[in-house]
Amino acid sequence: MQLILAVAGKDIRAELRSRTALLSALVFAALVLVVFNFARDPTALSATALAPSVLWVTFALAALLAMNRAFTIERENSALDGLLLAPVSREALFLGKLLANLAFVGAVELVTLPLFTLFFNVSLWSSLPGILGTTVLATIGFVAVGTIFSAMAVRTRHAELLLPVLLLPFMVPPLIGAVQVTSRLLAARPWSEMLGWVRLLALYDIVFVTLCTLVFPAVVDE
Amino acid sequence: MEPIDGKADRIIRRGLRLSAAAFVGLLLVYVLALGYTPVEARQGVAQKIFYLHVPAAWSALLAFSLVGVTGALYLWLQDPRLDRFAAASAEVGVAFSAVMLTTGPIWARPIWGTWWTWDARLTLTLFLFFLFVGYLALRAALHDPAERARFSAVVGILGLLLVPFIHLSVYLFRTLHPQPIVLKPSAPSLPPEMLRTLLVSTLVFTLLYAGFVTARYGLALADERRELEEGSDVG
Repeated sequence: MQLILAVAGKDIRAELRSRTALLSALVFAALVLVVFNFARDPTALSATALAPSVLWVTFALAALLAMNRAFTIERENSALDGLLLAPVSREALFLGKLLANLAFVGAVELVTLPLFTLFFNVSLWSSLPGILGTTVLATIGFVAVGTIFSAMAVRTRHAELLLPVLLLPFMVPPLIGAVQVTSRLLAARPWSEMLGWVRLLALYDIVFVTLCTLVFPAVVDE
Repeated sequence: MEPIDGKADRIIRRGLRLSAAAFVGLLLVYVLALGYTPVEARQGVAQKIFYLHVPAAWSALLAFSLVGVTGALYLWLQDPRLDRFAAASAEVGVAFSAVMLTTGPIWARPIWGTWWTWDARLTLTLFLFFLFVGYLALRAALHDPAERARFSAVVGILGLLLVPFIHLSVYLFRTLHPQPIVLKPSAPSLPPEMLRTLLVSTLVFTLLYAGFVTARYGLALADERRELEEGSDVG
Protein backbone atom coordinates (compact mmCIF):
# COMPACT_ATOMS: atom_id res chain seq x y z
CA MET A 1 0.00 0.00 0.00
CA GLN A 2 2.79 2.36 0.92
CA LEU A 3 4.54 1.57 -2.33
CA ILE A 4 1.37 2.25 -4.29
CA LEU A 5 1.08 5.65 -2.64
CA ALA A 6 4.77 6.35 -3.28
CA VAL A 7 4.41 5.66 -7.00
CA ALA A 8 1.22 7.71 -7.20
CA GLY A 9 2.73 10.51 -5.12
CA LYS A 10 5.74 10.74 -7.42
CA ASP A 11 3.48 11.22 -10.45
CA ILE A 12 1.22 13.71 -8.76
CA ARG A 13 4.18 15.76 -7.48
CA ALA A 14 5.75 15.82 -10.93
CA GLU A 15 2.46 16.98 -12.37
CA LEU A 16 1.91 19.68 -9.79
CA ARG A 17 5.37 21.08 -10.42
CA SER A 18 4.86 21.57 -14.13
CA ARG A 19 1.07 21.84 -14.30
CA THR A 20 1.18 22.02 -18.11
CA ALA A 21 -0.70 18.78 -18.76
CA LEU A 22 -3.31 19.46 -16.10
CA LEU A 23 -3.95 22.99 -17.33
CA SER A 24 -4.19 22.00 -20.96
CA ALA A 25 -6.56 19.16 -20.11
CA LEU A 26 -8.76 21.61 -18.21
CA VAL A 27 -8.78 24.15 -21.01
CA PHE A 28 -9.52 21.34 -23.43
CA ALA A 29 -12.50 20.16 -21.37
CA ALA A 30 -13.87 23.70 -21.17
CA LEU A 31 -13.49 24.11 -24.93
CA VAL A 32 -15.32 20.88 -25.61
CA LEU A 33 -18.21 22.13 -23.48
CA VAL A 34 -18.29 25.40 -25.41
CA VAL A 35 -18.22 23.63 -28.76
CA PHE A 36 -21.06 21.38 -27.65
CA ASN A 37 -23.17 24.38 -26.85
CA PHE A 38 -22.94 25.51 -30.46
CA ALA A 39 -23.56 22.02 -31.81
CA ARG A 40 -27.08 22.06 -30.39
CA ASP A 41 -30.12 23.83 -31.74
CA PRO A 42 -31.53 25.47 -28.58
CA THR A 43 -35.04 25.69 -30.02
CA ALA A 44 -35.15 22.01 -30.90
CA LEU A 45 -33.37 20.39 -28.00
CA SER A 46 -33.44 21.49 -24.38
CA ALA A 47 -30.15 21.68 -22.50
CA THR A 48 -31.23 19.09 -19.95
CA ALA A 49 -32.03 16.52 -22.63
CA LEU A 50 -28.52 16.71 -23.97
CA ALA A 51 -26.70 17.44 -20.70
CA PRO A 52 -25.74 13.87 -19.64
CA SER A 53 -24.26 13.04 -23.03
CA VAL A 54 -22.37 16.32 -23.18
CA LEU A 55 -20.95 15.80 -19.73
CA TRP A 56 -19.74 12.28 -20.43
CA VAL A 57 -18.35 12.88 -23.88
CA THR A 58 -16.39 15.77 -22.40
CA PHE A 59 -15.11 13.58 -19.56
CA ALA A 60 -14.14 10.83 -21.98
CA LEU A 61 -12.21 13.14 -24.30
CA ALA A 62 -10.44 14.91 -21.45
CA ALA A 63 -9.54 11.56 -19.88
CA LEU A 64 -8.07 10.32 -23.15
CA LEU A 65 -5.92 13.39 -23.33
CA ALA A 66 -4.88 13.07 -19.71
CA MET A 67 -3.96 9.41 -19.90
CA ASN A 68 -1.57 9.86 -22.78
CA ARG A 69 0.62 11.63 -20.29
CA ALA A 70 0.91 8.79 -17.74
CA PHE A 71 3.69 6.89 -19.47
CA THR A 72 5.07 9.54 -21.79
CA ILE A 73 6.71 11.13 -18.76
CA GLU A 74 8.31 7.76 -17.96
CA ARG A 75 9.70 7.45 -21.46
CA GLU A 76 11.95 10.46 -21.17
CA ASN A 77 15.40 9.55 -19.87
CA SER A 78 14.17 5.93 -19.63
CA ALA A 79 12.60 6.74 -16.27
CA LEU A 80 10.49 3.60 -16.52
CA ASP A 81 13.59 1.40 -16.37
CA GLY A 82 14.49 3.03 -13.09
CA LEU A 83 11.03 2.37 -11.74
CA LEU A 84 11.19 -1.25 -12.84
CA LEU A 85 14.54 -1.72 -11.14
CA ALA A 86 13.21 -0.32 -7.89
CA PRO A 87 12.01 -2.92 -5.36
CA VAL A 88 8.38 -2.34 -6.23
CA SER A 89 6.12 -5.19 -7.25
CA ARG A 90 4.53 -4.81 -10.68
CA GLU A 91 1.11 -4.87 -9.10
CA ALA A 92 1.97 -1.97 -6.80
CA LEU A 93 3.46 -0.10 -9.74
CA PHE A 94 0.29 -0.53 -11.75
CA LEU A 95 -2.00 0.44 -8.90
CA GLY A 96 0.16 3.48 -8.17
CA LYS A 97 0.01 4.57 -11.77
CA LEU A 98 -3.73 3.95 -11.77
CA LEU A 99 -4.14 6.05 -8.63
CA ALA A 100 -2.15 8.94 -10.13
CA ASN A 101 -4.21 8.77 -13.31
CA LEU A 102 -7.41 8.72 -11.30
CA ALA A 103 -6.29 11.79 -9.36
CA PHE A 104 -5.46 13.52 -12.60
CA VAL A 105 -8.65 12.61 -14.47
CA GLY A 106 -10.66 13.24 -11.28
CA ALA A 107 -9.23 16.74 -10.97
CA VAL A 108 -10.22 17.51 -14.56
CA GLU A 109 -13.71 16.14 -13.94
CA LEU A 110 -14.08 18.09 -10.73
CA VAL A 111 -13.36 21.37 -12.49
CA THR A 112 -15.46 20.48 -15.51
CA LEU A 113 -18.54 19.82 -13.41
CA PRO A 114 -19.14 23.42 -12.22
CA LEU A 115 -18.35 24.73 -15.71
CA PHE A 116 -20.92 22.32 -17.04
CA THR A 117 -23.63 23.55 -14.66
CA LEU A 118 -22.72 27.10 -15.59
CA PHE A 119 -22.75 26.64 -19.36
CA PHE A 120 -25.74 24.35 -19.56
CA ASN A 121 -27.76 25.85 -16.78
CA VAL A 122 -28.34 22.51 -15.09
CA SER A 123 -28.81 22.46 -11.35
CA LEU A 124 -26.72 19.67 -9.88
CA TRP A 125 -27.11 20.41 -6.18
CA SER A 126 -29.93 18.00 -5.48
CA SER A 127 -28.24 15.10 -7.22
CA LEU A 128 -24.62 15.99 -6.54
CA PRO A 129 -23.72 12.95 -4.36
CA GLY A 130 -25.19 10.63 -6.97
CA ILE A 131 -23.39 12.33 -9.83
CA LEU A 132 -20.08 12.24 -7.98
CA GLY A 133 -20.56 8.57 -7.13
CA THR A 134 -21.38 7.70 -10.72
CA THR A 135 -18.38 9.64 -11.92
CA VAL A 136 -16.08 7.75 -9.57
CA LEU A 137 -17.56 4.36 -10.52
CA ALA A 138 -17.42 4.96 -14.25
CA THR A 139 -13.99 6.60 -14.21
CA ILE A 140 -12.17 3.85 -12.29
CA GLY A 141 -12.99 1.24 -14.92
CA PHE A 142 -11.88 3.02 -18.04
CA VAL A 143 -8.88 4.63 -16.39
CA ALA A 144 -7.65 1.15 -15.40
CA VAL A 145 -7.82 -0.03 -19.00
CA GLY A 146 -6.44 3.32 -20.18
CA THR A 147 -3.44 3.06 -17.85
CA ILE A 148 -2.42 -0.27 -19.31
CA PHE A 149 -3.03 0.85 -22.89
CA SER A 150 -1.05 4.03 -22.41
CA ALA A 151 1.87 1.94 -21.14
CA MET A 152 1.69 0.02 -24.41
CA ALA A 153 1.01 2.96 -26.68
CA VAL A 154 4.09 4.93 -25.58
CA ARG A 155 6.27 2.17 -26.96
CA THR A 156 5.04 3.05 -30.45
CA ARG A 157 5.60 6.15 -32.51
CA HIS A 158 1.97 7.22 -32.71
CA ALA A 159 0.88 6.90 -29.11
CA GLU A 160 -1.55 9.83 -29.34
CA LEU A 161 -3.43 8.09 -32.12
CA LEU A 162 -3.24 4.53 -30.91
CA LEU A 163 -4.53 5.12 -27.40
CA PRO A 164 -7.97 6.41 -28.45
CA VAL A 165 -8.34 3.71 -31.10
CA LEU A 166 -7.64 1.01 -28.53
CA LEU A 167 -9.40 2.58 -25.58
CA LEU A 168 -12.65 3.91 -27.05
CA PRO A 169 -14.32 0.49 -27.44
CA PHE A 170 -13.49 -0.11 -23.78
CA MET A 171 -15.04 3.20 -22.81
CA VAL A 172 -18.39 2.26 -24.31
CA PRO A 173 -19.90 0.22 -21.45
CA PRO A 174 -18.94 2.68 -18.68
CA LEU A 175 -20.02 5.64 -20.79
CA ILE A 176 -23.41 4.15 -21.63
CA GLY A 177 -23.92 3.27 -17.99
CA ALA A 178 -22.81 6.68 -16.72
CA VAL A 179 -25.00 8.57 -19.19
CA GLN A 180 -28.00 6.47 -18.23
CA VAL A 181 -27.50 6.97 -14.50
CA THR A 182 -26.79 10.69 -14.90
CA SER A 183 -29.91 11.33 -16.95
CA ARG A 184 -32.03 9.50 -14.38
CA LEU A 185 -30.41 11.43 -11.56
CA LEU A 186 -31.10 14.74 -13.30
CA ALA A 187 -34.70 13.71 -13.87
CA ALA A 188 -34.95 12.71 -10.17
CA ARG A 189 -36.00 9.15 -11.00
CA PRO A 190 -36.17 6.53 -8.22
CA TRP A 191 -33.05 4.61 -7.29
CA SER A 192 -34.48 1.29 -8.47
CA GLU A 193 -34.31 2.49 -12.08
CA MET A 194 -30.57 3.06 -11.83
CA LEU A 195 -29.59 0.03 -9.83
CA GLY A 196 -28.99 -2.19 -12.84
CA TRP A 197 -26.64 0.34 -14.38
CA VAL A 198 -24.80 0.98 -11.13
CA ARG A 199 -24.24 -2.76 -10.79
CA LEU A 200 -22.91 -2.90 -14.34
CA LEU A 201 -20.48 -0.06 -13.61
CA ALA A 202 -19.29 -1.69 -10.39
CA LEU A 203 -18.85 -5.06 -12.08
CA TYR A 204 -16.85 -3.45 -14.87
CA ASP A 205 -14.56 -1.82 -12.31
CA ILE A 206 -13.97 -5.05 -10.42
CA VAL A 207 -13.32 -7.13 -13.53
CA PHE A 208 -11.03 -4.70 -15.30
CA VAL A 209 -9.03 -3.44 -12.33
CA THR A 210 -8.30 -7.06 -11.36
CA LEU A 211 -7.52 -8.15 -14.89
CA CYS A 212 -5.33 -5.16 -15.67
CA THR A 213 -3.36 -5.64 -12.46
CA LEU A 214 -2.79 -9.27 -13.44
CA VAL A 215 -1.63 -8.63 -17.00
CA PHE A 216 0.39 -5.48 -16.29
CA PRO A 217 3.67 -7.40 -15.77
CA ALA A 218 3.36 -8.65 -19.36
CA VAL A 219 3.36 -5.05 -20.54
CA VAL A 220 6.42 -3.76 -18.70
CA ASP A 221 8.65 -6.84 -18.21
CA GLU A 222 11.02 -7.81 -20.98
CA MET B 1 9.03 -14.28 -54.03
CA GLU B 2 11.88 -16.73 -53.66
CA PRO B 3 11.34 -19.59 -51.23
CA ILE B 4 12.96 -18.53 -48.01
CA ASP B 5 12.16 -21.44 -45.88
CA GLY B 6 10.73 -24.84 -46.78
CA LYS B 7 8.50 -25.03 -43.74
CA ALA B 8 6.85 -21.65 -44.23
CA ASP B 9 6.36 -22.47 -47.89
CA ARG B 10 4.74 -25.77 -47.05
CA ILE B 11 2.34 -24.11 -44.61
CA ILE B 12 1.41 -21.40 -47.10
CA ARG B 13 0.74 -24.01 -49.76
CA ARG B 14 -1.38 -26.04 -47.37
CA GLY B 15 -3.35 -22.88 -46.53
CA LEU B 16 -3.89 -22.09 -50.18
CA ARG B 17 -5.07 -25.65 -50.87
CA LEU B 18 -7.53 -25.43 -47.99
CA SER B 19 -8.78 -22.05 -49.20
CA ALA B 20 -9.16 -23.38 -52.75
CA ALA B 21 -11.23 -26.30 -51.46
CA ALA B 22 -13.32 -23.84 -49.45
CA PHE B 23 -13.88 -21.70 -52.56
CA VAL B 24 -15.19 -24.73 -54.41
CA GLY B 25 -17.45 -25.29 -51.41
CA LEU B 26 -18.54 -21.66 -51.62
CA LEU B 27 -19.68 -22.23 -55.21
CA LEU B 28 -21.72 -25.15 -53.92
CA VAL B 29 -23.25 -22.87 -51.29
CA TYR B 30 -24.28 -20.40 -53.99
CA VAL B 31 -25.86 -23.18 -56.03
CA LEU B 32 -27.65 -24.56 -52.99
CA ALA B 33 -28.81 -21.15 -51.79
CA LEU B 34 -30.14 -20.13 -55.19
CA GLY B 35 -31.43 -23.44 -56.52
CA TYR B 36 -32.12 -25.78 -53.65
CA THR B 37 -33.61 -23.70 -50.85
CA PRO B 38 -37.19 -22.45 -51.10
CA VAL B 39 -37.88 -18.72 -51.34
CA GLU B 40 -38.83 -17.44 -47.91
CA ALA B 41 -42.50 -16.47 -47.80
CA ARG B 42 -42.27 -13.04 -46.18
CA GLN B 43 -38.78 -11.85 -47.04
CA GLY B 44 -38.54 -13.15 -50.59
CA VAL B 45 -35.13 -13.50 -52.21
CA ALA B 46 -33.52 -11.04 -49.78
CA GLN B 47 -33.42 -13.87 -47.28
CA LYS B 48 -30.85 -15.73 -49.43
CA ILE B 49 -28.07 -13.54 -48.04
CA PHE B 50 -28.64 -15.36 -44.77
CA TYR B 51 -26.53 -18.26 -46.09
CA LEU B 52 -23.51 -15.99 -46.34
CA HIS B 53 -24.17 -13.56 -43.52
CA VAL B 54 -24.64 -16.04 -40.69
CA PRO B 55 -21.64 -18.26 -41.54
CA ALA B 56 -19.44 -15.16 -41.97
CA ALA B 57 -20.55 -13.98 -38.54
CA TRP B 58 -19.77 -17.42 -37.14
CA SER B 59 -16.26 -17.36 -38.61
CA ALA B 60 -15.64 -13.82 -37.35
CA LEU B 61 -16.71 -14.69 -33.81
CA LEU B 62 -14.66 -17.89 -33.94
CA ALA B 63 -11.64 -15.87 -35.09
CA PHE B 64 -12.00 -13.26 -32.36
CA SER B 65 -12.55 -15.73 -29.54
CA LEU B 66 -9.47 -17.66 -30.63
CA VAL B 67 -7.44 -14.41 -30.56
CA GLY B 68 -8.39 -13.96 -26.90
CA VAL B 69 -7.80 -17.59 -25.96
CA THR B 70 -4.43 -17.85 -27.73
CA GLY B 71 -3.48 -14.50 -26.17
CA ALA B 72 -4.05 -15.90 -22.70
CA LEU B 73 -2.16 -19.07 -23.61
CA TYR B 74 0.70 -17.01 -24.99
CA LEU B 75 1.18 -15.12 -21.75
CA TRP B 76 1.33 -18.46 -20.00
CA LEU B 77 3.44 -20.56 -22.40
CA GLN B 78 5.38 -17.81 -24.27
CA ASP B 79 5.24 -19.84 -27.46
CA PRO B 80 5.70 -17.62 -30.56
CA ARG B 81 3.50 -19.97 -32.58
CA LEU B 82 0.52 -18.91 -30.48
CA ASP B 83 1.19 -15.27 -31.24
CA ARG B 84 1.54 -15.92 -34.95
CA PHE B 85 -1.76 -17.76 -34.87
CA ALA B 86 -3.48 -14.95 -32.95
CA ALA B 87 -2.26 -12.37 -35.46
CA ALA B 88 -3.43 -14.46 -38.41
CA SER B 89 -6.77 -15.09 -36.74
CA ALA B 90 -7.31 -11.39 -36.02
CA GLU B 91 -6.64 -10.41 -39.62
CA VAL B 92 -8.93 -13.08 -41.00
CA GLY B 93 -11.54 -12.17 -38.39
CA VAL B 94 -11.51 -8.54 -39.54
CA ALA B 95 -12.07 -9.72 -43.11
CA PHE B 96 -15.00 -11.94 -42.11
CA SER B 97 -16.58 -9.27 -39.96
CA ALA B 98 -16.31 -6.89 -42.91
CA VAL B 99 -18.34 -9.44 -44.89
CA MET B 100 -20.80 -9.69 -42.00
CA LEU B 101 -21.10 -5.92 -41.61
CA THR B 102 -21.71 -5.38 -45.34
CA THR B 103 -24.11 -8.25 -45.99
CA GLY B 104 -26.12 -7.28 -42.89
CA PRO B 105 -27.20 -3.80 -44.07
CA ILE B 106 -27.85 -5.09 -47.61
CA TRP B 107 -30.40 -7.44 -46.08
CA ALA B 108 -31.67 -4.97 -43.48
CA ARG B 109 -32.52 -2.26 -46.00
CA PRO B 110 -35.41 -4.11 -47.69
CA ILE B 111 -36.44 -6.12 -44.61
CA TRP B 112 -36.11 -3.68 -41.70
CA GLY B 113 -36.41 -0.60 -43.89
CA THR B 114 -33.13 0.79 -42.63
CA TRP B 115 -29.47 0.12 -43.28
CA TRP B 116 -28.49 0.19 -39.66
CA THR B 117 -30.15 0.00 -36.27
CA TRP B 118 -28.59 0.10 -32.82
CA ASP B 119 -29.69 -3.38 -31.99
CA ALA B 120 -27.59 -5.13 -29.34
CA ARG B 121 -26.09 -7.66 -31.70
CA LEU B 122 -25.30 -5.14 -34.41
CA THR B 123 -23.62 -2.78 -31.98
CA LEU B 124 -21.62 -5.58 -30.44
CA THR B 125 -20.25 -6.81 -33.75
CA LEU B 126 -19.42 -3.29 -34.85
CA PHE B 127 -17.37 -2.75 -31.70
CA LEU B 128 -15.69 -6.10 -32.10
CA PHE B 129 -14.66 -4.96 -35.56
CA PHE B 130 -13.25 -1.69 -34.17
CA LEU B 131 -11.52 -3.52 -31.36
CA PHE B 132 -9.66 -5.81 -33.72
CA VAL B 133 -8.80 -3.06 -36.14
CA GLY B 134 -7.18 -1.43 -33.11
CA TYR B 135 -5.46 -4.72 -32.31
CA LEU B 136 -3.96 -4.83 -35.80
CA ALA B 137 -2.99 -1.15 -35.64
CA LEU B 138 -1.11 -1.82 -32.41
CA ARG B 139 0.67 -4.79 -33.97
CA ALA B 140 1.67 -2.73 -36.97
CA ALA B 141 3.08 0.00 -34.74
CA LEU B 142 5.35 -2.32 -32.74
CA HIS B 143 8.58 -3.75 -34.07
CA ASP B 144 10.08 -5.93 -31.37
CA PRO B 145 8.43 -9.36 -31.91
CA ALA B 146 8.38 -10.36 -28.23
CA GLU B 147 6.94 -7.02 -27.18
CA ARG B 148 4.38 -7.14 -29.97
CA ALA B 149 3.32 -10.62 -28.90
CA ARG B 150 2.92 -9.65 -25.24
CA PHE B 151 1.04 -6.43 -25.95
CA SER B 152 -1.34 -7.97 -28.43
CA ALA B 153 -2.00 -10.88 -26.07
CA VAL B 154 -3.05 -8.34 -23.43
CA VAL B 155 -5.39 -6.56 -25.86
CA GLY B 156 -6.81 -9.92 -26.96
CA ILE B 157 -7.59 -10.98 -23.40
CA LEU B 158 -9.11 -7.64 -22.41
CA GLY B 159 -11.14 -7.68 -25.62
CA LEU B 160 -12.55 -11.10 -24.85
CA LEU B 161 -13.76 -9.82 -21.47
CA LEU B 162 -15.14 -6.64 -22.97
CA VAL B 163 -17.62 -8.56 -25.13
CA PRO B 164 -20.09 -9.48 -22.36
CA PHE B 165 -19.97 -5.91 -21.03
CA ILE B 166 -20.76 -4.32 -24.36
CA HIS B 167 -23.52 -6.83 -24.94
CA LEU B 168 -25.01 -6.27 -21.49
CA SER B 169 -24.88 -2.50 -21.66
CA VAL B 170 -26.34 -2.27 -25.15
CA TYR B 171 -29.00 -4.81 -24.25
CA LEU B 172 -29.94 -2.93 -21.10
CA PHE B 173 -29.97 0.29 -23.09
CA ARG B 174 -32.41 -1.09 -25.59
CA THR B 175 -34.76 -2.83 -23.22
CA LEU B 176 -35.10 0.27 -21.10
CA HIS B 177 -35.60 2.47 -24.14
CA PRO B 178 -38.06 0.66 -26.35
CA GLN B 179 -37.53 1.66 -29.96
CA PRO B 180 -39.98 1.51 -32.84
CA ILE B 181 -40.86 -2.14 -33.32
CA VAL B 182 -38.44 -3.58 -35.82
CA LEU B 183 -39.63 -6.39 -37.98
CA LYS B 184 -37.41 -9.23 -37.00
CA PRO B 185 -37.77 -12.91 -37.79
CA SER B 186 -38.14 -14.55 -34.41
CA ALA B 187 -36.04 -17.64 -34.96
CA PRO B 188 -38.40 -19.52 -37.24
CA SER B 189 -37.96 -23.24 -37.37
CA LEU B 190 -36.20 -23.66 -40.68
CA PRO B 191 -37.33 -25.97 -43.46
CA PRO B 192 -34.80 -28.79 -43.83
CA GLU B 193 -33.45 -27.42 -47.14
CA MET B 194 -32.60 -24.12 -45.52
CA LEU B 195 -31.05 -25.74 -42.49
CA ARG B 196 -28.92 -28.07 -44.61
CA THR B 197 -27.70 -25.21 -46.77
CA LEU B 198 -26.86 -23.18 -43.70
CA LEU B 199 -24.92 -26.07 -42.21
CA VAL B 200 -23.00 -26.62 -45.44
CA SER B 201 -22.25 -22.93 -45.63
CA THR B 202 -21.08 -22.80 -42.01
CA LEU B 203 -18.76 -25.70 -42.71
CA VAL B 204 -17.45 -23.99 -45.83
CA PHE B 205 -16.82 -20.76 -43.97
CA THR B 206 -15.03 -22.60 -41.18
CA LEU B 207 -12.85 -24.25 -43.81
CA LEU B 208 -12.29 -20.85 -45.41
CA TYR B 209 -11.23 -19.52 -42.02
CA ALA B 210 -8.83 -22.42 -41.50
CA GLY B 211 -7.38 -21.97 -44.99
CA PHE B 212 -6.88 -18.23 -44.63
CA VAL B 213 -5.36 -18.52 -41.17
CA THR B 214 -3.02 -21.28 -42.25
CA ALA B 215 -1.81 -19.30 -45.26
CA ARG B 216 -1.44 -16.17 -43.16
CA TYR B 217 0.44 -18.11 -40.50
CA GLY B 218 2.87 -19.38 -43.09
CA LEU B 219 3.36 -15.87 -44.44
CA ALA B 220 4.10 -14.58 -40.95
CA LEU B 221 6.63 -17.35 -40.48
CA ALA B 222 8.32 -16.53 -43.79
CA ASP B 223 8.34 -12.86 -42.82
CA GLU B 224 10.02 -13.61 -39.51
CA ARG B 225 12.65 -15.82 -41.12
CA ARG B 226 13.44 -13.14 -43.68
CA GLU B 227 13.76 -10.45 -41.05
CA LEU B 228 16.04 -12.73 -39.09
CA GLU B 229 18.22 -13.37 -42.13
CA GLU B 230 18.40 -9.71 -43.04
CA GLY B 231 19.22 -8.89 -39.44
CA SER B 232 22.05 -11.42 -39.36
CA ASP B 233 23.42 -10.09 -42.66
CA VAL B 234 23.71 -6.62 -41.18
CA GLY B 235 24.95 -7.68 -37.77
